[in-house]
Amino acid sequence: MSDLRELYQEVILDHTKKPRNKRPMPDATGHSDGMNPLCGDKATVYVKVEDGRVVDVSFEGQGCSISTASASMMTEAVRGKTPAEVDALFERFHALVTAPPDQAGRDAAPELGKLAVFAGVCEFPVRVKCASLAWHTLKAALAGNGTPVSTE
Amino acid sequence: MSATAQSPVAAGPLDVAALRAEFPVLRQQVHGKPLVFLDSAASSQKPQVVIDAERRCYEEYYANIHRGVHKLSQLSTEAYEGAREDVRRFLGAASTKEVVFTRGTTESVNLVAQTWGRRHVGPGDEVLITALEHHSNIVPWQMLCEERHAKLKVAPIDDRGAVLLDQFEKQLSVRTKLCAFAHVSNALGTVNPVKQMTAMAKKRGAVVLVDGAQALPRLPVDVQDLGCDFYAFSGHKAYGPSGIGVLWGRRELLEAMPPWQGGGDMILSVTFGKTLYNELPYKFEAGTPNIAGGIGLGAAIRWLESKGMQRILAHEDAVLRHGTEALLQVPGLTLVGTAPEKAGVLSFVLEGIHPHDIGQVLDSEGVAIRTGHHCAQPVMDRYGIPATARASLGVYNTTEDLDALVRALHKVREMFG
Repeated sequence: MSDLRELYQEVILDHTKKPRNKRPMPDATGHSDGMNPLCGDKATVYVKVEDGRVVDVSFEGQGCSISTASASMMTEAVRGKTPAEVDALFERFHALVTAPPDQAGRDAAPELGKLAVFAGVCEFPVRVKCASLAWHTLKAALAGNGTPVSTE
Repeated sequence: MSATAQSPVAAGPLDVAALRAEFPVLRQQVHGKPLVFLDSAASSQKPQVVIDAERRCYEEYYANIHRGVHKLSQLSTEAYEGAREDVRRFLGAASTKEVVFTRGTTESVNLVAQTWGRRHVGPGDEVLITALEHHSNIVPWQMLCEERHAKLKVAPIDDRGAVLLDQFEKQLSVRTKLCAFAHVSNALGTVNPVKQMTAMAKKRGAVVLVDGAQALPRLPVDVQDLGCDFYAFSGHKAYGPSGIGVLWGRRELLEAMPPWQGGGDMILSVTFGKTLYNELPYKFEAGTPNIAGGIGLGAAIRWLESKGMQRILAHEDAVLRHGTEALLQVPGLTLVGTAPEKAGVLSFVLEGIHPHDIGQVLDSEGVAIRTGHHCAQPVMDRYGIPATARASLGVYNTTEDLDALVRALHKVREMFG
């Protein structure tokens, strides 16, 4: 059970049960659909960019606890950042969840902040896609090319 | 079952404790808990006799088949062709010429779509399937219909997951060239009334293909009695190796079909001007096949015969009934797929908890199940859900395994409730 508790941290369970910013955004400047064909999960991410900064992010869709919590915490983490800063944060996040298990969380960058609770994901390789779905979809929403994103 | 089965069938109910001991993989702990393997609909575990048959082939007599005059080639050929006879006997087929070895059910269905289908399905014609099919019994027909400008029709299922037979019959027309459906649904466990559906389709002159991937390891199958034209199955779901499967087809249909893949073994003679194709079933078996896999499949079939399909069916049915009742006691659990005739599969959802999370917590308790859409996305769409958790049975499962599943589900609810 100990590994499982590392995956399902209290913060993650909290965001699963009470996802933040789970709502449509009629005045979004960009949005994109993402899907994880492996588990049938779907997410839509909305983003509003003003003066080169992300002023609002929201999401809709259905997914497991890891993908829901990741989307929820992402919406809080990226607000106020430039698209380039969002890319950099996603890179750090991706490195965190794909780290070799024996180095789990060891090099968690300080700028990850609360997102460091996803360190446990690296012990469960099949869940990396769950944790990254919202991020990939946000990147597509910011790029504004309208192409649906797939984790496969 | 044929009276000529090589291994005698014991009387009385299955000795499941002894049978479990034949599966080396089951003797292990996962995350410190005894393994409870409830994912046999995805792929079954292998008894020692199957493992030994493949190992002996490689250790003692392996060589390419149908080619050599030397001793090892003869032994390999005899063993491989012996497996074809095992399959013929098990299915009640008229001749080994009707037993085509493939890589599995998917390849068997594609073979029929690409050969019989391309020749006989034309613009305006129809192919009828059902709403509970696996992707491998949907996509090959979509591809065919797109190419041939034909129409793919889908017979609906009711809320329990049973095919609506009156709708099925109504959708059949003189334009229906082929009708394809599962014997047992992998996502819901529904057992289709194959004989009745086949008779309806035949009355309209349609050719019938049955996807037997889930049925073959669970029920007695007699292709003559079912009346269908093609029956497809995979070795790996029937306690045999992966990468080997079977297409059984009626001889007159197979004879009239063009070959599929070209290459060695499927020819009689080759010149740059003209190639003469080999006789059945080799016409459809281009290239060196999965020799040891075929031999392993033969061992799996003989092993199933020695246990007796009626006894296997009775045992799995008892475990399924026990599991159904036990699962329904779990608060918030809904079974997906409650057809009156079911085999082997318990698909379910837990209120407010995603199947992926269910599977993760169960794994930490040593319980292996499948989560997701089970390669049957249209079935998930029918129920308006993205995925289910699916516990599926093998002949080695016991009522205790289902009790362990239920205990682990209570832990899931503690964590996410």
